[in-house]
Amino acid sequence: MKNNTLIKEIKTTIKDLLARKGRSLLTILGIVIGVAGVIIIISLGAGAQSLVVGQVTKLGSNLVGILPGKSNENGPPTAVFGVQIKTLKLSDIDAIKNKSKVPNVTEVASFVSSNITIIAGRESVDTKFTATDGSYTRIQNTEMIKGIFFTDEEANSGANVIVLGYDVAKALFPNGNEIGQIVKIKVPDNNPLDTNVSNSIPFRVIGVQKKLGTVTFQNQDDQVFIPFSIGQRKILGIDYIQFARIKIDDAINVKVAMEDIKRVLREQHRIHDIENDDFSVRDLADALKLLTGITDTLRIFLALMAGISLVVGGIGIMNIMLVTVSERTREIGLRKAIGATQANIRNQFLLESIVLTFTGGIFGIILGIIVSYLVAIGARFAGYDWAFIISPFAVILAVTVSILTGIVFGLYPALKAARLDPIEALRYE
Amino acid sequence: MLIELKDIIKNYVNGDVVTRVLRGINLSIDEGEFVAIMGPSGSGKSTLMHTIGFLDRPTSGAYLFDGENTENFNDDELAKIRNNRVGFVFQSFNLLPRTSVLDNVMLPLLYSSTKTGHESRARKALESVDLGERLHYMSNQISGGQKQRVAIARALVCDPKVIFADEPTGNLDSKSGAIVMNILEKLNKEGRTIILVTHDKQVALHANRIVTIADGEIVEDKLVPNSLRIHSKIIKEDEE
Repeated sequence: MKNNTLIKEIKTTIKDLLARKGRSLLTILGIVIGVAGVIIIISLGAGAQSLVVGQVTKLGSNLVGILPGKSNENGPPTAVFGVQIKTLKLSDIDAIKNKSKVPNVTEVASFVSSNITIIAGRESVDTKFTATDGSYTRIQNTEMIKGIFFTDEEANSGANVIVLGYDVAKALFPNGNEIGQIVKIKVPDNNPLDTNVSNSIPFRVIGVQKKLGTVTFQNQDDQVFIPFSIGQRKILGIDYIQFARIKIDDAINVKVAMEDIKRVLREQHRIHDIENDDFSVRDLADALKLLTGITDTLRIFLALMAGISLVVGGIGIMNIMLVTVSERTREIGLRKAIGATQANIRNQFLLESIVLTFTGGIFGIILGIIVSYLVAIGARFAGYDWAFIISPFAVILAVTVSILTGIVFGLYPALKAARLDPIEALRYE
Repeated sequence: MLIELKDIIKNYVNGDVVTRVLRGINLSIDEGEFVAIMGPSGSGKSTLMHTIGFLDRPTSGAYLFDGENTENFNDDELAKIRNNRVGFVFQSFNLLPRTSVLDNVMLPLLYSSTKTGHESRARKALESVDLGERLHYMSNQISGGQKQRVAIARALVCDPKVIFADEPTGNLDSKSGAIVMNILEKLNKEGRTIILVTHDKQVALHANRIVTIADGEIVEDKLVPNSLRIHSKIIKEDEE
């Protein structure tokens, strides 16, 4: 019985609102945009996250990274913030390579990198160099479109050879035929070992990498690779390592190997208390956890921003409901005269604002899904492996919030209507 | 006694100014009476009707309705009485716009405790005012006289003991007014108490008792002799 009355009242309300179609539509526009915004941001966030996670996972689950400096397990390593920590040395890497100490290690690559200017003839490009070992190709799948990556021998002997990223090659050699050409890297002025200002080192191009695109927000094609010792000594003039990547024989042994590596590093650095570690050892699972943690925070923040527009939409609803109440003062008076209680009148107007915001929420969800889908199609068209994700949580949240908006912002006008004096309301012109 | 007013006083306070609208009204109305309340505008006749009709509370005095003291009724109880014990007919009809005749008449049932048979009750009420054929017309598609008859059907639908009519013919031409008065007479003959507020002597003469009020006090209360009483002719719809 009670349900029947409610359904009837909802029907009446919808009929009332449809009679004022244009105004009802404008009224809910704020809610539509707000809800669509929340849905789009949560969906695009999930899509971007799955893209990044997919790219990182492709690197392989049997990789371990070593960074200098201690870090909180769940937080980013200090090196990320650009602080140079000089505690990780080549001798540490040699110790890790020692099979008797870390039996599961198969490959180790050391890295230093920095921004530099690279010159070929009249062309010059500001880019980033990565100096590493020949083992890099066995840790990372480096696919070349031209030439080869440098070998262990070339890397160890410090040969002046260079592998260009796709974009760098395009910029320096618009005509192609990069292989065998000589390019020069300017030595940064702050190199402590180099006294000759404006010195530059020549390199012979031996390979061009395949186009890789953007991974974890970095353009992988805007960099060059040179042998480790040249990069470390001759260009940067430093004696430490910024980063090392280690390949473990099997993903099952990653955790054991990580403990072995930590033990070796503590031995090397004469550390007796874990608290005093001056390095961080991480595997891919850690990296993913960190990455999703950051992107999750970002998504929640953005969704909250979109949520603010829901509040603005709610104020719009309140505004229109106040107008509606004053327009319908006589009707309210009549309803009271024929037996409506304060609660009846309050519920009538509350129901109206809830129906408005709920409808806005539904339209918003539909709009949000359409836009998210179009973005997914566009991203796939642009070559990204983009997943179209609509989380049921986001949909439920959007509906709940829009109904709550209706209640919160509809309550004041509804109470105002309920408290009208019937005689004064009937006399209202 | 259906209605018993004892020393009803109503003051309106606006800032420091106190307006004394009703200054000690004593009035008894029996079931089945047809009472006209007359008086010039500002005399307090509307306030008196609102008070008897539970739309307003007196400042002081006792109001017994059907033997019950209504002094301590709360807002919800008053709403319930307005819903099923009394019915109102207003000068300006007050029908809901964009709403069918049938839905307008069903409106009081929305607030009543009976949850079934709404439509058949509304149809019956409309038949008693000769509008059984216009159920699905919109309230703005019918004439003024028909609107007032819809309003009467709406007042009847909850089967009240009393019907209050506040200048029911005030916005109508004489023919439509005659039809409305004829319906009120008919309802009275069927045993319903009618309380009519008017400033028009010709309208008041339809009643069997005229209470005249001036400056918030009853100045005259007398029965209408049968010889003076006006009975509206029954006019058919097509003559309207």
